[in-house]
Amino acid sequence: MNRMKQTIVYAALIVAGMINRMQAQVTFPVNGAPYLTHSVYAFKNAVIHADESTELKNAVILIQDEQILEVGEKTAIPAGAIVYDLQGKHIYPSFIDLYSDYGITAAKTGGSRQWNGPQTESSVKGAYGWNQAIKSDVEAHKLFVANREQADELKKAGFGVVLTAAKDGIVRGSGALVHLSDARENECIYKDRAAGFYSFNKGTSTQDYPSSLTGAIALLRQTYFDAQWYKTAINKTEYNISLEAFNQLQSLPSVFEGNDKFNDLRADRLGREMNVKYIIKAGDNEYQRISEIQQTGLSYIVPLNYPEAMDVEDPYDAEHVSYAELKHWELAPTNAAAFEKNNISFCLTSADLKEKSKFLSNLRKAVQYGLSEKMALKALTTNPAQYVNMANKLGALKKGYFANFFISNTNIFEDEAYILQHWTNGRATQYKELNQPDFRGDYLLNTSARNFKVSIRGDVKSQVTVYLDTLKVNAQFQYQADGIMTMSFKYDSTLVTRLSGTYEEARKSFTGKGQWADGSWYDYTMRLQSEDTTKKAGTVRKKIIPPGKVVYPFQAYGEALPESEGLLKDNWKKFKNRYQAILIKDATVWTNEGDSVLKEYDVYVVEGKIVRIAPNIDAPAGAFAKVIDAKGKHLTPGIIDEHSHIALTNGVNEGTQASSAEVRMGDVINPEDINIYRQLSGGVTMAQLLHGSANPIGGQSALIKLRWGASAEEMKYEKADGFIKFALGENVKQANWGDAMNKRFPQTRMGVEQVYNDYFTRAREYDKQWAEFGKLSPKQIEKDKRVSPRRDLELEALAEILNKKRFITCHSYVQSEINMLMHIADSFGFKVNTFTHILEGYKVADKMKMHGVNASTFSDWWAYKNEVMEAIPHNAAILTKMGVTTAINSDDAEMARRLNQEAAKSIKYGGLPETEALKLVTLNPAKMLHVDDKVGSIKVGKTADLVVWSDNPLSVYAKAEQTIIDGQIYFDRMEDARLRQELKAERARLINLLVAEKHKGVKVVKPNAKRQRLYHCNTIEGVNETETGHR
Amino acid sequence: MKKIKICFTLWLSGLTIILSAQKPKSHIAFINGIIHVGNGTVYETGIMAMQGNSLEMVMDMKGLRLNPSAYDTVIDLQGKHVYPALINTNNVLGLHDAEAVRATLDFQEVGGLNPHVRSLIAYNTDNKITPTVKTNGVLYTQVTPRGNLIAGSSSIVALEGWNWEDAVLKADDGVHLFFPVERYMGWGEDGFSLKKNKAYQEQLINLNRFFEDAKFYCSQTSVTEKNIRFEAMRGVFNGTQRLYIMADKAHEMTAAIQFGRKHGIKNIVLCVAGEADKIAGLLKRESIPVILGRLHDLPEYEHDDVDAVFKVPARLKKDSIVFCLSAIGDMEAMQSRNLPFLAGTASAYGLSKEEALQSVTLDAARILGVDKQLGSLEAGKLASFVISKGDLLDMRTNAVEVAYISGTPVKLSNQQTELYEKYKAKYGIK
Repeated sequence: MNRMKQTIVYAALIVAGMINRMQAQVTFPVNGAPYLTHSVYAFKNAVIHADESTELKNAVILIQDEQILEVGEKTAIPAGAIVYDLQGKHIYPSFIDLYSDYGITAAKTGGSRQWNGPQTESSVKGAYGWNQAIKSDVEAHKLFVANREQADELKKAGFGVVLTAAKDGIVRGSGALVHLSDARENECIYKDRAAGFYSFNKGTSTQDYPSSLTGAIALLRQTYFDAQWYKTAINKTEYNISLEAFNQLQSLPSVFEGNDKFNDLRADRLGREMNVKYIIKAGDNEYQRISEIQQTGLSYIVPLNYPEAMDVEDPYDAEHVSYAELKHWELAPTNAAAFEKNNISFCLTSADLKEKSKFLSNLRKAVQYGLSEKMALKALTTNPAQYVNMANKLGALKKGYFANFFISNTNIFEDEAYILQHWTNGRATQYKELNQPDFRGDYLLNTSARNFKVSIRGDVKSQVTVYLDTLKVNAQFQYQADGIMTMSFKYDSTLVTRLSGTYEEARKSFTGKGQWADGSWYDYTMRLQSEDTTKKAGTVRKKIIPPGKVVYPFQAYGEALPESEGLLKDNWKKFKNRYQAILIKDATVWTNEGDSVLKEYDVYVVEGKIVRIAPNIDAPAGAFAKVIDAKGKHLTPGIIDEHSHIALTNGVNEGTQASSAEVRMGDVINPEDINIYRQLSGGVTMAQLLHGSANPIGGQSALIKLRWGASAEEMKYEKADGFIKFALGENVKQANWGDAMNKRFPQTRMGVEQVYNDYFTRAREYDKQWAEFGKLSPKQIEKDKRVSPRRDLELEALAEILNKKRFITCHSYVQSEINMLMHIADSFGFKVNTFTHILEGYKVADKMKMHGVNASTFSDWWAYKNEVMEAIPHNAAILTKMGVTTAINSDDAEMARRLNQEAAKSIKYGGLPETEALKLVTLNPAKMLHVDDKVGSIKVGKTADLVVWSDNPLSVYAKAEQTIIDGQIYFDRMEDARLRQELKAERARLINLLVAEKHKGVKVVKPNAKRQRLYHCNTIEGVNETETGHR
Repeated sequence: MKKIKICFTLWLSGLTIILSAQKPKSHIAFINGIIHVGNGTVYETGIMAMQGNSLEMVMDMKGLRLNPSAYDTVIDLQGKHVYPALINTNNVLGLHDAEAVRATLDFQEVGGLNPHVRSLIAYNTDNKITPTVKTNGVLYTQVTPRGNLIAGSSSIVALEGWNWEDAVLKADDGVHLFFPVERYMGWGEDGFSLKKNKAYQEQLINLNRFFEDAKFYCSQTSVTEKNIRFEAMRGVFNGTQRLYIMADKAHEMTAAIQFGRKHGIKNIVLCVAGEADKIAGLLKRESIPVILGRLHDLPEYEHDDVDAVFKVPARLKKDSIVFCLSAIGDMEAMQSRNLPFLAGTASAYGLSKEEALQSVTLDAARILGVDKQLGSLEAGKLASFVISKGDLLDMRTNAVEVAYISGTPVKLSNQQTELYEKYKAKYGIK
């Protein structure tokens, strides 16, 4: 065949007031004569929603080919135009979905990888980057294959244009902006590379790293730095497809899949660091932290999927449903409205909906729960168009715009609304006869033998009932586009009659032929007797304001703010900082200053600071002052847990490599972990959140105060020094992880030493490189064309240790390895800050004292693995007596709330005085965390982190009655009793609602009871803990 | 009174004198002690006399005229506390050393229907952990196997003895059934959440069939073919052995009780029983005793009271349900030494101190069926007791100075105290 290119000669279409249009050329050969048409279509008498704030009642839209020629009330319809009279109908610009995978085949997930040993390297062959989860080279427009079925689903839901992308990996490459017409792919692409896509989810990557959320964040952060270096480096020796592609993505809008309020905020923090303003794909729970979401100043893509009702019929099953799940079920439909109320720029997406057909009804539900119709339209049209820089072509019905719009029978926000036709890029798809008659009403079916009363209800799908004397039967009823009606029903217990016929609008009747069950035929008429009185246009759902309130944190024992609607952060602070001053009267005060215990003393706290310690301080007056009568009670500094793994999200270990110095626990704080509250009830005010112990060099620690209700960032202790977790022994050797785990270096304590030797040597050289670069003047840099070295976050963290700006907490057990690390530190010129666990510390206490290291240990744990068989409970006492600053820590969410009791065991084992025992969980951990200038003792000028105890704080009988942080009461046993009652009542209210839903026939699902997992040092995300191998 | 003084000085100079005596004096009176009988009674100034391996007299000293010459030795306790030996129930103590080292583990067999498996013979009297448990006043343990469904039989031993034959107090006291769990928390594609045990129905069917077959077998006067699994069930059916059923949630516990009743099991003990408070009425109606899992545990649900677990004993006490405390849970062998403090917690959250004590002494003995010998300081019972300087149930004051098992003083030092002494000496610290 002669493959000649078609050239279509321009033929002028002379219409007054119309722009002459150049016919586009195409490269494709045509089989037979080409079907060329440039018909002009005119749509009149519809309500035209030109954009979210422009409603035209008597206007006309003219379109030709893919373009809108004119929209206006005075627009004349050119002669010969094909005219659609749309009286009573509405026209909207097509919705735009920026978070779609339309026409992209999903990557194979393959489930979880067979655990037959580690995969440290990428399995992708070729000149790609080192990590399989960085898929920056993926380009959606090359994968895109139009899909009629998917397109129809979306078009029926109102969408005409989507930004489609492959949703796999941490960097996901570029997405393409396409319309949903059934044209050839080549004609569907508005923009090939419309946006870059990112996430914290490694997707189908089978490579081990990253195994945790903190690792995923670190990987993305490092990728930005690598790409910057790659762009500027002169003497680089590698070609890297992934980094090349990553750099090309940087000029595009960046879409980040947050999918959750906290991940949204994490993405924002990363974006600020990298100077990127992400468009965030939200989840369904942003309303729970809307003020923080607002403060990001970013734009959001908001899905409209709502949780399904849970089956709580069985009262024991119901227990599995968490308070947060129950409340979320009620409040999730308010999510979109929360964005609007807080003036956050957002668009809506059909993503996350299993059935796209639910989109419109979910949209109406969002409106019912407070989203304005105008904002809903804006979020579906002009906003998304603007986000992808197409506001001059998409998202409105204006001259020169692409002809993307749909026609609905009525206002799209009404329950009865549906889409009749959807025009994409000037091509129509019809879903329902434009002028299908409205049959609704009561009829009389008249046959020669018998009459029946028939009622037709429902607009989108007709429900037809036939009355047989007192009996009602449902009939099958169909009216096709070709104007043929068919119907059948049982006119006797087993006998069915079938009818075929046509409808006559003028007479409002059906006529045709029917057949009885015995095969005999009859003629019939079915004439309207009375119209359906319930049918009326304009039924909009009743507004709902859910009675439940957002609680902070969104968790059991969270509290609603006094005025819950649209509260901003400042209100929260005001609410929490309700006491300007607290006076604790007549307490036995364990000051931790020397061994002083003051009987019947008062402690006065103003604005978070201890201002006076004396007997009989006059009670201050005023609404913002609180007096605590502590007669017969004890007051101590707040308990500090030096070794904790609570309040972390998706993984405590990034143990996939021997070093993960680049990961930061501060990136993954979960301020809603119930264990924060539980530990407040045990007097804990501060906790160091550590990386696990799966590798010799772990991750960077986070120090938090247990400010229950605050955000992750607000929980972080403001002036914390940087710390990092190291680990020695069986865990880093992977000794107890099964026989497959014998490949990663190191497998022995010998190897562990050399890991440190190697990394610190490299860190020293790295530091030197930067120091030398730092000495260059800008002139020299310019002249010699010098570029900065590659920023390596792993070596940077280690260099900080060498420069005494970051401090090591090292998981350790056996004396040999403890000794080894101190030698390594000495040889690199720094000190180990803390040995944690350190169960054989007593064997090298003198050496530890000489090195100046602190010890943070368990009171009495042992026998859980081989390296702790010589642990002794007298360890803390020996270390203390040898002058080593010693703490007792938890590494366990349960024990953390009884740390006072654990400290008390050092009285029994080793005979420490009570005042020294208390310091093991207060002042001493404060010292090793470098915060003893502010907390750890009760002293004028220090921060008021305090606990009121019912009894001697070292006794098993003592309970924390109030736990005070920064001079505010975060736990109070009386308040706790009140919260229990409220919690119980609120749960009961929601469970009753759910039961009622089920009885109404709403589909309910079995609760899945998703819960925060309890982490220990050796917990690996995604792997169930075995019977053995703790800590 | 002279004799008393002499003994008292001996006392002060240390236990070693008593312990080093080749033959302990057989007729001894302990006077002026605060005697916690274990059944709720306290003698603030009490006398306890022992003869041979058993107690001869325990009573208030008020109005008593002591005849010192009637005793080989009279020891003045000067206000120290005397307690019955604490009993560690349902524990793998003695069945392993380092928990992560497979070679030391001896508490779980392969297979799901193993009533014939006996923990007693694996109990190693020289295991590394028991010496550290005695030191805190726990002198007996129920050596208990772990497993799926029927794990085997347990035995009750003293934490002192040359070998298991020597240590055993009651052999094969009961069979342990781990009741199938319908749902459990685990990992899946949707994260850490509630999962369905797909084998649940099948496990129930198998278990029912096993009990039916075993019962039929045991009811026959002559056996054609011997089945050692069924043989091991005889005691369970005739009531001489207990059936310990491990079940945690209300659902499982209820199903477990139904199961026991259906098969006509006379002596059921429910173990772990995390939600025992939720089915208190049922437990009371059915008179089912309970061995509670470790109290130092987090609440199951986020919306639970923060002290939900701590309060369970007080709740059961209110309904007069017989229960005892145990260390069942993570690292339970090592944790056995904290048994007194679990009782302390129970007392902080609603039990009286004596009720709390009873939950690790007399009620534990009752539940195990050894209360004729153990559990309280009453005449005729074994002279197995503990003397502490302070309140035994509080870690702040727990200081066990002397312990006796069956009238014989017990060595309270262990590898840990020895290492402590060794390193104190190395560093020259006190």
